[in-house]
Amino acid sequence: MRLLAIASLFALVLSSGAQAAGGGDTARKHPEPQSWTFTGPFGTFDRQQLQRGYQVYKEVCAACHGMKLLSFRNLAQPGGPEFSAAQAKALAAGVQVAALNDAGEPIERPGTVADRFPSPYPNEKAARAANNNALPPDLSVIVKARAHGIEGEGPDYLYWLLVGYSDPPPGETVLEGLYYNPYFEGHQIAMPPPLATDGQVTWPEGNPPATKQQMAKDVVAFLTWASEPHMEDRKAMGVKVFLFLVFLCVLLYFAYKRQWKDVDH
Amino acid sequence: MAHGNYRYEPKSAFAKWLDTRLPIIRLVDESIVQFPTPKNLNFWFTFGGILTFMLAVQIVSGIVLAMHYVPHETMAFDSVERIMRDVNYGWLIRYIHSNGASMFFIAVYIHIFRGLYYGSYKAPREVLWLLGIVIYLLMMATGFLGYTLPWGQMSFWGATVITNFFSSIDQVLPGVGSAITQWLWGSFAVDNTTLQRFFSLHYLLPFVIAGVVVLHVWALHVPGNNNPLGIDVKSPADTVPFHPYYTIKDLFALAMFVLFFSYFIFFVPNFLGHADNYIPANRLVTPPHIVPEWYYLPFYAILRSVPDQLAGVVLMFGAIVIWAFLPWLDRSHVRSNNFRPLNRQFFFILIGVVWILGMLGAQTPDGNFQFYFGIEVPISKLLLTQICTIWYFAHFIIITPIISTMEKPLPVPESIATAVLAKGGAPAAAKANG
Amino acid sequence: MAHAPDNANVTRRDFLLVASQTAAAVGGVIVLWPFIDQMNPAADMLALREVEFDLSAVQPGQIVTTEWQKKPVFIRRRTPEEIKAAEDTQLSDLKDPQADKDRVQRPEWLILVATCTHLGCIPSNLFKGDYGGWLCPCHGSHYDTSGRIRKGPAPRNLAVPPYQFVSDTKVVIGAEPKASASAPAEKG
Repeated sequence: MRLLAIASLFALVLSSGAQAAGGGDTARKHPEPQSWTFTGPFGTFDRQQLQRGYQVYKEVCAACHGMKLLSFRNLAQPGGPEFSAAQAKALAAGVQVAALNDAGEPIERPGTVADRFPSPYPNEKAARAANNNALPPDLSVIVKARAHGIEGEGPDYLYWLLVGYSDPPPGETVLEGLYYNPYFEGHQIAMPPPLATDGQVTWPEGNPPATKQQMAKDVVAFLTWASEPHMEDRKAMGVKVFLFLVFLCVLLYFAYKRQWKDVDH
Repeated sequence: MAHGNYRYEPKSAFAKWLDTRLPIIRLVDESIVQFPTPKNLNFWFTFGGILTFMLAVQIVSGIVLAMHYVPHETMAFDSVERIMRDVNYGWLIRYIHSNGASMFFIAVYIHIFRGLYYGSYKAPREVLWLLGIVIYLLMMATGFLGYTLPWGQMSFWGATVITNFFSSIDQVLPGVGSAITQWLWGSFAVDNTTLQRFFSLHYLLPFVIAGVVVLHVWALHVPGNNNPLGIDVKSPADTVPFHPYYTIKDLFALAMFVLFFSYFIFFVPNFLGHADNYIPANRLVTPPHIVPEWYYLPFYAILRSVPDQLAGVVLMFGAIVIWAFLPWLDRSHVRSNNFRPLNRQFFFILIGVVWILGMLGAQTPDGNFQFYFGIEVPISKLLLTQICTIWYFAHFIIITPIISTMEKPLPVPESIATAVLAKGGAPAAAKANG
Repeated sequence: MAHAPDNANVTRRDFLLVASQTAAAVGGVIVLWPFIDQMNPAADMLALREVEFDLSAVQPGQIVTTEWQKKPVFIRRRTPEEIKAAEDTQLSDLKDPQADKDRVQRPEWLILVATCTHLGCIPSNLFKGDYGGWLCPCHGSHYDTSGRIRKGPAPRNLAVPPYQFVSDTKVVIGAEPKASASAPAEKG
């Protein structure tokens, strides 16, 4: 169809336009694409990977980074890590949540699935004070917020950010308290290398070895799901909608041709 | 109706009774059922219907989003994420709305350039054209206000940059520009007060658009549709009733458009947006690459073409206002560019110039022009922007008036009916698409 | 107009028109559902929130109100007389027959969603009504000491929320009772 051809040409031109962005001397290094299970129109998440990724988040990232838009109930919902209801409940019960008792006194109680992930710091000032004045960003939508997002290089960027630390090349100096990371804009990042050693996290039996690369990949997959928890619903519905619309377009095309058959135009 | 010798005849007793009291059946029948429509309209003429549909989609999805959205600086970002995460089908409705804005602009640009190509702005359709410009300006305002609402970094800094347009008035009337910007903000910077009024206006303006659309359609129905040949309808043989001929054609085109639209909704919903808008607004840090939504990019480039605040703003608004003079700048009596070979070439050059301006608007201001596929063109972006901006204005102010008086158009057919018969019934659309 | 279609064409055309327009209409109707369903309670509202309540300060005969799922909940420590009155009531006297033992886990503690089943007002703790329970001030529904409707326009008894005693002095409202707690204990 001509119309479709024009539409796809338009999409192509738009897509190449979006890539045209400028750079500089300390521009971030292009993250080499990794293979992910969630890309493409039929992409889905790997449940085991998301469960491992959650563990990496909880045991490594959560020390400094909150995920305030997520609740423990999300861990059990379809399309995510799909922990069982009992597992999600147990994970929630493992954190202490600020509350008031019946006498109105502040207490801490075990979390429920309705509770949000706990924040590591009470407020932004405390977070900055604890981190050399740098603010560890909340990770709830981090993959959508970096490097053109999930449809761009967001996951690849975060993967390389986690594993791409190195010694600075000659000529580039790193300020006190900062770390050299060529994948970061400006190359100097306040976050110390979070994944320092292989086996930093111990996964249950039957999972791949916890190499730095594997931990980084798994936590990025988890963060991608957290940024877009309805991605699987969306793509599954999209496939159905597409099939229906193609069918409808074909029907309407023949109805249109039939209607105009006897008219010179 | 200019060439409509058709008149509605109420048949039943009730229809007769109603017709003398509220002739609504007559209105519908004469304007969208039996309305005599040139029979040679091609698919470029289906975008009016598509735009009406998109306006409805945006209003309905917007009303739904407003049921869940909280216009407050501390809650706006999280409430949008709550829509994405917890509200039933909230992710779908929000992606319909955010991508719908882009689809709306894609359709309106095709609609505008179709009007330019086929001379739809010329007598007797000048008022129709002017109302279209009003709709377009309202769309731009609505799109801008809406983009502020998620209260991400791009929302906040986009609002800051756009509202600062008005501070350029300070250059001629010291103090007045700043006073206006503060009045717009209700604060000393973009603030919660700004967010709340922007939300209110974002809800209001689409209904104003709908009102102007009614006038636009009214102004269409007095002279009737233009057509790819650009000639007037001369006899009933030139037309077909709108229904079912154009209802089915528009419906088919609409289904194709919705297919295109749903690709974005379901498979690349954030592709037309900007990643920085998923970072909550921070009044202390401006994002390194601040870029407007794609549909403003050519105008954004024109804004940056001169190193002067006021001149940039004036040029940017002038780039749209100039359209309003087009019916009088173009003196040719021939409407369709099918019969104006020279003018047609300049039409396509204009599209190219606007496209390059759009690309320039997306790029950082310094350095050489980056073409597609990583090709760097050895010309500075600023110089290219200036050349394109000059060409853009020259097209309307110089080229169009000169060509329209000098050019000798090709012979125009006698009538739509003879033209389509001469083609042996082959679809005129194929040729006219150029 | 230059079209004089024969009958066969009309039939075929009509079929295509009807089929395509029906398909478009069906699509349109299906699209309505997300726009309707979005008004239902969202996932964060549905997440069962459990409210813990400390019973140790409640005196016999006292009624306290707490909140669960945006609704008030009465917690009433019944006196022996109130329990007896509730248990001795004949089911045949009731508009919505239900035995008192089916409405409490421990006879001393009556826990009810405090929303009148008539039109949603909150029955008053101050006016106990003709049956020693509650009187709804809006339209005069009388409830007994088991929260059952005895007189007035309300159609049903006050509802009993799910709750669980975690100790002798602590109750969790919203938690399924132990017996029916059916979340399978999975490994991990």
